[in-house]
Amino acid sequence: MNGPRLKFVLGGVVIVGALVWLGFIGYQESKAYYVTVEEYSAMQGKLHGKTIKVAGDVVEGSIDRARAPMEFVISTRGKSLRVRYVGKDVIPDTFRDGSQAVVEGSVAPDGVFQARHIEAKCASKYEAEYEKRGR
Amino acid sequence: MSEFGNFCLLLALVLAVYGLVASLLGAVWKQHRIVRSAEHAALAASASVVLATASMLYLLITSDFSVSHVASATNRDLPVFYKIAALWGAHDGSMLLWVFVTSIFSGVVVYQNRFRYRDMTPYVVAVLMLNLAFFLSLNLFLSNPFNQLVEVGASGAVQKFIPADGRGLNPLLQYWAMVIHPPILYLGFIGFVVPFAFAAAALITRQRGDSWIRMTRRWTLLTWLFLGTGLILGAKWAYVVLGWGGYWGWDPVENSSLMPWLIGTAFLHSVIIQERKGMLKVWNMILVLMTYLLGVFGTFITRSGVVNSVHAFADSALGKYFLLYMTLVAAGSVYLILDRLPYLKSERPLNSLLSRESAFLFNNLILVVACFAVFWGTMFPVLSEWLRGGKITVGPPFFNSVNIPIGLFLLFLTGVGPLFAWSKTSVESLKRAFFWPGILAAISCAALLMAGMRNFYTVLCLTLCVFVAAAVLEEFVKAAGLRMKTVGENFAVAVVRLTLKNKRRYGGYIVHFGVALLFAGLSGSAFNREVSQMMAKGDELRIGDYTLKLTDYRESETPNYIYGVTLLDAYKNGKFLRTMRPEKRLYKAGDQQTTTEVSLYSSPKEDLYTVFNGMSGDGRYEIKAHVNPLVFWVWFGAAVMVFGTLITLLPDRKGAFTTPQLSLDQSVHFEESVTV
Repeated sequence: MNGPRLKFVLGGVVIVGALVWLGFIGYQESKAYYVTVEEYSAMQGKLHGKTIKVAGDVVEGSIDRARAPMEFVISTRGKSLRVRYVGKDVIPDTFRDGSQAVVEGSVAPDGVFQARHIEAKCASKYEAEYEKRGR
Repeated sequence: MSEFGNFCLLLALVLAVYGLVASLLGAVWKQHRIVRSAEHAALAASASVVLATASMLYLLITSDFSVSHVASATNRDLPVFYKIAALWGAHDGSMLLWVFVTSIFSGVVVYQNRFRYRDMTPYVVAVLMLNLAFFLSLNLFLSNPFNQLVEVGASGAVQKFIPADGRGLNPLLQYWAMVIHPPILYLGFIGFVVPFAFAAAALITRQRGDSWIRMTRRWTLLTWLFLGTGLILGAKWAYVVLGWGGYWGWDPVENSSLMPWLIGTAFLHSVIIQERKGMLKVWNMILVLMTYLLGVFGTFITRSGVVNSVHAFADSALGKYFLLYMTLVAAGSVYLILDRLPYLKSERPLNSLLSRESAFLFNNLILVVACFAVFWGTMFPVLSEWLRGGKITVGPPFFNSVNIPIGLFLLFLTGVGPLFAWSKTSVESLKRAFFWPGILAAISCAALLMAGMRNFYTVLCLTLCVFVAAAVLEEFVKAAGLRMKTVGENFAVAVVRLTLKNKRRYGGYIVHFGVALLFAGLSGSAFNREVSQMMAKGDELRIGDYTLKLTDYRESETPNYIYGVTLLDAYKNGKFLRTMRPEKRLYKAGDQQTTTEVSLYSSPKEDLYTVFNGMSGDGRYEIKAHVNPLVFWVWFGAAVMVFGTLITLLPDRKGAFTTPQLSLDQSVHFEESVTV
């Protein structure tokens, strides 16, 4: 290996090394387990205090906007989880009865999930109906 | 009409497969007429797809709800403009758009090269037809937009089902940038198939030179331009329509279009080294392969939503086929590259670390690392599930902690790279080149610190922006000065002539200037502020220098939606600015989705961004206001980048250069006369 090439490789290793280290810090800071409500209730306790993301369907009629902070219930396969939204971001327009939501946060001592962030996908109820009829 | 569309797609598939087989056979048997027939089949396949697309547009415009795509993406009262846009408003139709764009590209390439590069064209056609056939079969068999709705009748027999009205186009997509965003992004995803096809053909036919790079330079640039434009339109859409106050959230869909852009950018730079120095030949092959595959991968992520979804990656049928196709293409290409290694030998070693080559190498390394980091972060839920059985996601802090330093390092290279000479830079020439940009950057850094800015990344970013901008301007001023002296032109004429004379070089500098502006805009996000408040009529909200006074609330409707709008008088330092009208809409069709219409006041210094977030039980209005500094420069910088790229794409004057080889030599001479 000639001189400049060696220097380039060394420089590259230093740069990539630094980035990997930065990436690792960022990973530690933002990693979150991603589970469904059903999986969450199966591993009860194990995830206490950790930042997690829980996915589930918003139970019809459970959104309580009168309360501040707002509360609602998500569920999958019969298991449900009460969620309190404590985040600052605007709640997405797609969040409503029946939509698929992913909440990010951790569980409070009273067992209610403290969500700092909500993502929601449209309830594809309509689509599912069509799907059933079509094909 | 839907049967006709279906038939056209099927015909196109048959023609594409025929084109693939015939072009390969023609090349192996050296039968020119068979190759011609394959080319004709390719053109016919394109025409057939165009007909299929036209029949889908007809179905959409005439609201034929017996077709599932029409029923799920439009409704009767939708404006015609959006009925057309609904072609890509749902999954199946957007696959048709993808196939449409692919076949147009293939058709153009086949037509353009009908008399040129006859040794390579059969293989180019084969790769293009392979690509087209793959997407056509997905379109036909897995997500066919021409599927008809059926239901099980009372008697138990299956019968046609025609709903009274369609579900309507997802209202979030009813915005101009979102209407043109998917087609432009697709052009960017797909276009890399052309350089890839030529690269593969060059490998197969054992070409030694870099002719494939020169043949496809415009395609590469144009595709890169489309991809970048698509990215920025997506950001604009997120900013204006989604209403969360930002334009980039490291969402899997955003990431999947960023990845091919990053590698495409690396490719654009590293081919210059191959053209100039005959180095990095293997590397360029790998980059063009990666860019193409990432484009395909991007489509897959965008279309399947697999990363976001609760389901495992391999569950989707689409996923399996995409993985299979990408693995086959990758394996085939890697085999070819390994087999043809002797033809890809570097003609020169790296001479010095202080050279333009080495700046390019670092640029490439860093862009690939950035892409890898984005890939890793995006796919982490999938990868962790494979490795450990539990899905783990990573959020924006991960992406930011890696990509902000990378971005700054790239910005640094953007500034210094062009100042380095090829091969080896003398310390003397460096001192001269760095003098003015260095001084200006130092002054602005001091000014920022004195103004009380303490955020390390922001100060560094803005300082580097000044450095890059100054370095670019210096290049123009120096070269223009030379022309003024020798040719006797005035400054403005000299700058224009100079740019037109060497479009690649000076167009590139303009792009770099745009990059500096864009980064300045990005750095503003460190100072974003937001306030959320429940307001009654007459209440005031304060944010930064601004005061918002809620004066009125009105409700009304259009055929398409019902809306409520709040009127907020905005004052800056007590002086009336304008009335902001953030809106909430409820769309009548389908699921009765609500949307948030942001009201925005943009100035070069900062944006005032207001959102009406709904009414509370006691009749107060929830208003959220953001002040986002420098966002204007993100859009403006992107526009400058587009402008610069368009300049590099301008055709050369007829007769000015007889062959590409000559044009390259001339530009070398010219450049040397400038740098000396």
